[in-house]
Amino acid sequence: MLDTRPTDTAHPPEATRPAGNRLATLLHAHPRLRLYGLLSLPLAWMVGVYLVSLALLLVTAFWTTDPFTSKVIPGFTLRNFENILTTPAYLRTAARTVGVALLVTLLCAALALPLGVFMAKVASPRWRNFLAMAITLPLWAGYLVKVFAMRISLGDSGPVNWLLAPYGLSGPGYGLPAVVLTLTYLWFPFMALPVYTALRQIPPNLFDAAADLGAGTWRTLRTVVLPLLMPAMIAGSLFTFSLSLGDFIAAQFVGAKVQMLGTLINQNVNLNPPLAAALSVVPILAVGLYLFAIRRTGALKEL
Amino acid sequence: MRSTTAPATITPPAAEASAPAISLRGVAKHFGETVAVRNLDLDIARGELFSMLGPSGSGKTTVLRMIAGFEQPTAGRILLDGAEVTRKAPFDREVNTVFQDYALFPHMSVADNVGYGLAVRKVARDELRRQVTEALARVHLDHLADRLPSQLSGGQRQRVALARALVLRPRVLLLDEPLGALDRKLREQMQIELKAIQREVGITFVLVTHDQDEALTLSDRVAVFHEGGIEQVGTPTEVYERPATTFVAGFLGAANIIEPELADELFGRRELLSIRPERLRLSAAAPTDSAPTVTGVVTEVVYSGPATTYVVELRGGTTVMATRPAGDDSASHRRGDAVHLTWSPSDLYAIPGSPTRTT
Repeated sequence: MLDTRPTDTAHPPEATRPAGNRLATLLHAHPRLRLYGLLSLPLAWMVGVYLVSLALLLVTAFWTTDPFTSKVIPGFTLRNFENILTTPAYLRTAARTVGVALLVTLLCAALALPLGVFMAKVASPRWRNFLAMAITLPLWAGYLVKVFAMRISLGDSGPVNWLLAPYGLSGPGYGLPAVVLTLTYLWFPFMALPVYTALRQIPPNLFDAAADLGAGTWRTLRTVVLPLLMPAMIAGSLFTFSLSLGDFIAAQFVGAKVQMLGTLINQNVNLNPPLAAALSVVPILAVGLYLFAIRRTGALKEL
Repeated sequence: MRSTTAPATITPPAAEASAPAISLRGVAKHFGETVAVRNLDLDIARGELFSMLGPSGSGKTTVLRMIAGFEQPTAGRILLDGAEVTRKAPFDREVNTVFQDYALFPHMSVADNVGYGLAVRKVARDELRRQVTEALARVHLDHLADRLPSQLSGGQRQRVALARALVLRPRVLLLDEPLGALDRKLREQMQIELKAIQREVGITFVLVTHDQDEALTLSDRVAVFHEGGIEQVGTPTEVYERPATTFVAGFLGAANIIEPELADELFGRRELLSIRPERLRLSAAAPTDSAPTVTGVVTEVVYSGPATTYVVELRGGTTVMATRPAGDDSASHRRGDAVHLTWSPSDLYAIPGSPTRTT
């Protein structure tokens, strides 16, 4: 504690200071020590657990399996990658998966924007809180529960068909559209929350200023709101895109026969681990390319 | 997907030449139960620099926002050059605003900010660039055209906001506390500059401020707002020298307000009287001529550089303030000194609008 008593106690002898004070003094004098202290634990986790296992996975991709015993044989071969690049089914699946991930991302963004505008600029505080809760509520439920809910909703005698039947329509059933719908539903909060937060941070008078200078609603949205939302949308899209790329359970539950990269990897994990490893390089590459593309637009600088 | 809501050119309204720039007729604004503005009538002449002065919550900003179109009046009509604009959207009015905290678009350069309104109006690129350069030159910022607003100082942002609004040559420029965020020295400098710019472009300026010095320095006319209504409209001299109500007298600088009973006793006039502190003179000895005088005791001396203010307690406990400029030889009294206060009868002003209180 700060000592405010007069001079006789203003310079206490070094030895009487508590140990915590000495540590603080040490840290104060050595900024590098401070840095290491803060970063060592997260770095150990990052390097030890995440990067090492990722490296192991990549190494495995160059190994082979004994076709009879399914035993993994270490070595170096490009056959797994060759296999992927020459098998049309694998290529189609890869393209389908990336396409689904992009579509899910676009759908999430398209839904998050009007909802965010309504919540941040139109809704009363009560409505706003209710909607914020409604967005986050699915995050509290387990992943499987949500996928199951979608499976039941989209089933032949599920509520979607039941609601549409009076109009002579029917739901998408199980298949690719159902996978897109389910993934959009699953990852929507990851897009909606950053977009909503960013919208709330736009000063209201920027909207007034745009209107004052003659811009109508669409122009304001396009020239003022969207550019200011870009960082949030990119942050959200990183979630929706990469989570969609890796998903296999949704495809299994509502995808009928639809194959995704995730389902392929899942099938091969036990039968042919090196092929599974090589397949999992594809989404890693896709995310890498996505980040690169974003970087090219210069949007990452504002993140 | 080009916007179609903003017209490329705004057609001038069919206005008679004599119509005021802005007319408010019975304008009122309620926010739920709260009455922000009550039944307001106001005419602002063309080319005028008009100030709306009042404390916060007096309704002045709401009036400005209604003229701009950000708020719809609960009742009444708003006319711009004689044409009704009450229900028009902000982007359909030839009025532009300089916002209190400038509201510059943070992701656009200074030049893009200033050119925004021109781009909306689909002005050709070369012409746009020429007008932006000209507008920036007028506010002495042509060298900062490529900067982002975050790289500018407060005073520079203020000029960008001014240039962004002026470049559209609006019929009326609305300024919401334009100098409020600047420090004192810059504010005084900008006051002079703002007045020069207004004279140069000849556009009607309507300025909202809570700073009485700013209103008096800048304006051709001032409207003093209080609790959602206008207490008085007049030239700075009129509102300062001849305040219509006690509120105006008190809000525009310090005023000694003397209740009718005491006025009767001291001056023989049973009226609510006011006298500005700088009009009261002090002397230790009784004045030799027949000038009216009151005696009192100095209870406080406040030195503020160019002037010294004395708080003097009169008989019966009423206190008045007397401000004397530095260098005034009568201005060297100390706390506890007995003094004679003198004034010229013409400086004693009876406030007309205030009801005479019954004893």
